[in-house]
Amino acid sequence: MSSSTEWPLWEVFVRSRRGLSHTHAGSLHAPDAEMALRNARDLYTRRSEGVSIWVVPSVQVTASSPDEKDSFFEPAGDKPYRHPTFYEIPEGVKHL
Amino acid sequence: MAAVTADQTAQAGADRPEETDEALEAVFDAAVAADERIEPRDWMPDAYRASLVRQMAQHAHSEIIGMQPEANWISRAPSLRRKAILMAKVQDEAGHGLYLYSAAETLGTGREELLDKLHAGRQRYSSIFNYPTLTWADVGAIGWLVDGAAITNQVPLCRCSYGPYARAMVRICKEESFHQRQGYELLLALSRGTPAQHEMAQDAVNRWWWPSLMMFGPPDDASAHSAQSMAWKIKRHSNDELRQRFVDICVPQAEALGLTLPDPDIRWNEERGQHDFGAIDWKEFQEVLKGNGPCNEQRLGQRRRAHEEGAWVRDAAAAYAGKHTAPQAHAAPHATAGNGEATA
Repeated sequence: MSSSTEWPLWEVFVRSRRGLSHTHAGSLHAPDAEMALRNARDLYTRRSEGVSIWVVPSVQVTASSPDEKDSFFEPAGDKPYRHPTFYEIPEGVKHL
Repeated sequence: MAAVTADQTAQAGADRPEETDEALEAVFDAAVAADERIEPRDWMPDAYRASLVRQMAQHAHSEIIGMQPEANWISRAPSLRRKAILMAKVQDEAGHGLYLYSAAETLGTGREELLDKLHAGRQRYSSIFNYPTLTWADVGAIGWLVDGAAITNQVPLCRCSYGPYARAMVRICKEESFHQRQGYELLLALSRGTPAQHEMAQDAVNRWWWPSLMMFGPPDDASAHSAQSMAWKIKRHSNDELRQRFVDICVPQAEALGLTLPDPDIRWNEERGQHDFGAIDWKEFQEVLKGNGPCNEQRLGQRRRAHEEGAWVRDAAAAYAGKHTAPQAHAAPHATAGNGEATA
């Protein structure tokens, strides 16, 4: 095997067409950003699945831990009044 | 594949008074039972992780070794159209290998380790690729039968309990259907061609039929991993169930091709509502698995050679990157918590 260390991992985000946001497509290894973009094009858009690609070094992604899930997202759990369906409106009232 | 950033699906209600293994295992079992997906950073039993790594590595290796038998025919394709199609297909197989290696890496096993194990013969690839492609018709038979069997196997994997694997399979299955159709179309052209072409198509089907049935793995009562994999919802159907499904799909397709399947025992069983078929030579399967197939050495040798001969390209790319990019992009890929899905 080659003596070199493994190429870093990159996360790939693809915008499938104009008007939509970039969506995570997967990951790949590449030595640098430019090669990551080219590899991402060959790997994730072989059938014209995208019009724009972002690549981000995986090490740069900061993620919430699954262990934190309950407490971390808990503040939103008891606030149903943030949803329009929380409110009762008389029958027949329109445009509301 | 997919990162924790974009892709954190709900965990089973994690009441964790004490994070004992029993409590964690109960959360895991509940998620599997509720048909939720297990994601990379969720707790999972060691055996589940090991089983996934084994299966996904074998699957990834199969994709890239599977490039070889067909790549041999790219320079001999009978028309530019067929050549372009075959190149696209072989390129897809490389892509499928990469999707699966990425997915396997989310379990904490690095790419180099997986490749090293393949090269050292310590992880397997599908035994089907140890058969030779003797004629152009073999390209058709591989597309129709080998990719057909693979699709039958893979469609249920799109609902596999492990999220990254399931997502990789969705993408693969989408792309795979052109593989099967181009093979079928190729065989149809030969079958309707000259008598010699027809004979070539029939010969290829005769040689690939039985190995394709073996792709579903040993019979259920002899399959080492099946029961546990099904309990974990990594597998959704048994080997024999999928094999039967494949036979039932292929019989009418063969008729439409004007070709026969090399099994005199195939007949419709009214009572079962399925086709009966002949006994599979499992001794042959075991022999190929042990490394005694017609092309085992050639395939692995070619794979090792390709890897070694590519070393200078990898080194050059790394050296160039070292000169031209910001240093932080070169931190070790498995070092921090924000490491995509690759953090176990």
